[in-house]
Amino acid sequence: MKARRVRIGNGGGFWGDNLDAPVLLAEQGELDYLTLEYLAELTMSILALQKQRDPKAGFATDFLDVLERLGPALKSQPNLKIITNAGGMQPAACAAQARTILQRSGLGERPVAVVTGDDLLPRLDELLQAGHALAHLDTGQPLSVIRERVVSANAYLGAKPIAEALARGAVVITGRVADASLTLAPAVHELGWAWNDWDRLAAGTVAGHLIECGAQATGGLWCNWKEAPNLEAVGYPIAELEADGRFRISKPPGSGGAVNRETVAEQLLYEVGDPAAYITPDVVADFTSVRLSEVAADVVQVENTRGLPATDSYKVSIAYRDGFSASGTLVIFGPDAVAKARACGQMILRRVERAGYVLEHTNVECLGTGACVPQVIEAGAEPPEVVLRVTVRDTRRGAVDRFAKELAPLVTSGPPGITGYTTGRPPVREVFAYWPALILKSAVEPVVLGP
Amino acid sequence: MGPICLSEIAHGRSGDKGNHANVAIIAYTPVGYAWLREHLTADRVRAYFAPLGPSRVVRYEAPNLLALNFVLYDVLAGGASQSLRIDTQGKTLALALLRMPIEPVEDVAAMLRSEGISHA
Repeated sequence: MKARRVRIGNGGGFWGDNLDAPVLLAEQGELDYLTLEYLAELTMSILALQKQRDPKAGFATDFLDVLERLGPALKSQPNLKIITNAGGMQPAACAAQARTILQRSGLGERPVAVVTGDDLLPRLDELLQAGHALAHLDTGQPLSVIRERVVSANAYLGAKPIAEALARGAVVITGRVADASLTLAPAVHELGWAWNDWDRLAAGTVAGHLIECGAQATGGLWCNWKEAPNLEAVGYPIAELEADGRFRISKPPGSGGAVNRETVAEQLLYEVGDPAAYITPDVVADFTSVRLSEVAADVVQVENTRGLPATDSYKVSIAYRDGFSASGTLVIFGPDAVAKARACGQMILRRVERAGYVLEHTNVECLGTGACVPQVIEAGAEPPEVVLRVTVRDTRRGAVDRFAKELAPLVTSGPPGITGYTTGRPPVREVFAYWPALILKSAVEPVVLGP
Repeated sequence: MGPICLSEIAHGRSGDKGNHANVAIIAYTPVGYAWLREHLTADRVRAYFAPLGPSRVVRYEAPNLLALNFVLYDVLAGGASQSLRIDTQGKTLALALLRMPIEPVEDVAAMLRSEGISHA
């Protein structure tokens, strides 16, 4: 007997999101499913390096803290299930630790299932030899150009293996999957949709897209945010889907923020290319078909979603090493704050040159003068102070190390009016560049493990 | 009526896809959407953001949302990981575009947002 409707809430939109949100959402949202999304485009490269250093690492550790804190909610709601991509590069290791936490919380009977098979790195040469070029999606360059520098390569899997895992587990931990698939999978599992029912798959995908970034659907980033009450206590989004594909976006009663046509329309188009063809592994969703209506306070109904058949390929996210970077800031007070800040920036770079390094890429910004969109917005009147931000990137670690040591000396050896040097030397980070590609679905085998 | 800002007749949101950004501009009213459709062309948006160096700008229409979606190619100086700019992900591009001054129009009153009410 299939359900008539299913309530899915998303308690986290990225690794670093609010730690209380998933707990509050689970306690107040009357959910059937709680989803937690942790993987931005380049997170996998960081996790891949962690895994290289420590074979037990390589997943989003925040999830374990959250799972621990979800204990009471899980105890009082025996049917509440969790789906997360926290597994990152190590879904099985993440699942092992999750099982330990569940047992410690007296929830040992909850089975944990794993979705994997997204990691293409061990098969990369085999795939290239078999004729999968993994060419750059924009430039068409073959992967061989950067093959030696690749640190991670993951296919975005779809909802199907997640739905299979839901038949076996109350907690499902995945590696890289399409964000919207985290929501579509429980909808299909509960409502019994067919994998070629494109309109309904599109509806579940739109629901997933709307809630995948957490509070961005419920008042976060809203242009008219001043009208969102208690944004400090923003409720995270819930999608309640019906068997026919209609769904409602809402948030827990009494929580802060807002759900209305504006917040939903803004989020519907967030990070979207052609809105008539939003491509996931599961379907090609047509966002121009949907109808939004405000049916109650903080409730928006979404209906009439149309979809087209899925494509024959998965998107692959590849990360490769691309040198080192550091960025430091100083506060520069006037007179002539802007000109003085620019002179200070040049002085820092010249001192690095005198130390023997002509840096390959540099940028001097004066925050407070429209630096977010340089030369697009007029700066207006001379500000009393600006934040000088100097950022460099170079293939030589030594060059970037030396740069990081040249900000502090300016406080005593530069012009007067420099302050705000309190955070110490800026950290030097390794740069991972992003290489998007496609691969035929037939070349990738999703795997469901456990419990 | 003097010049106004785009933000008086529309709201929006922007984000990144690798080195590209999308900027969604959503009209508050159908009259405003008709004006946007005619006047906020891909060329005009490309010229506005010219200092950021987009290689091309493609405009998509979503009349069901009263929205135009602009994709600005190669506009992020390398994108999230490689860019040296403060806004590596184009988060501010929508607000920047909404500051665009627009010419006064006769039925501007029919384009404005009603106070505190989102339009159906």
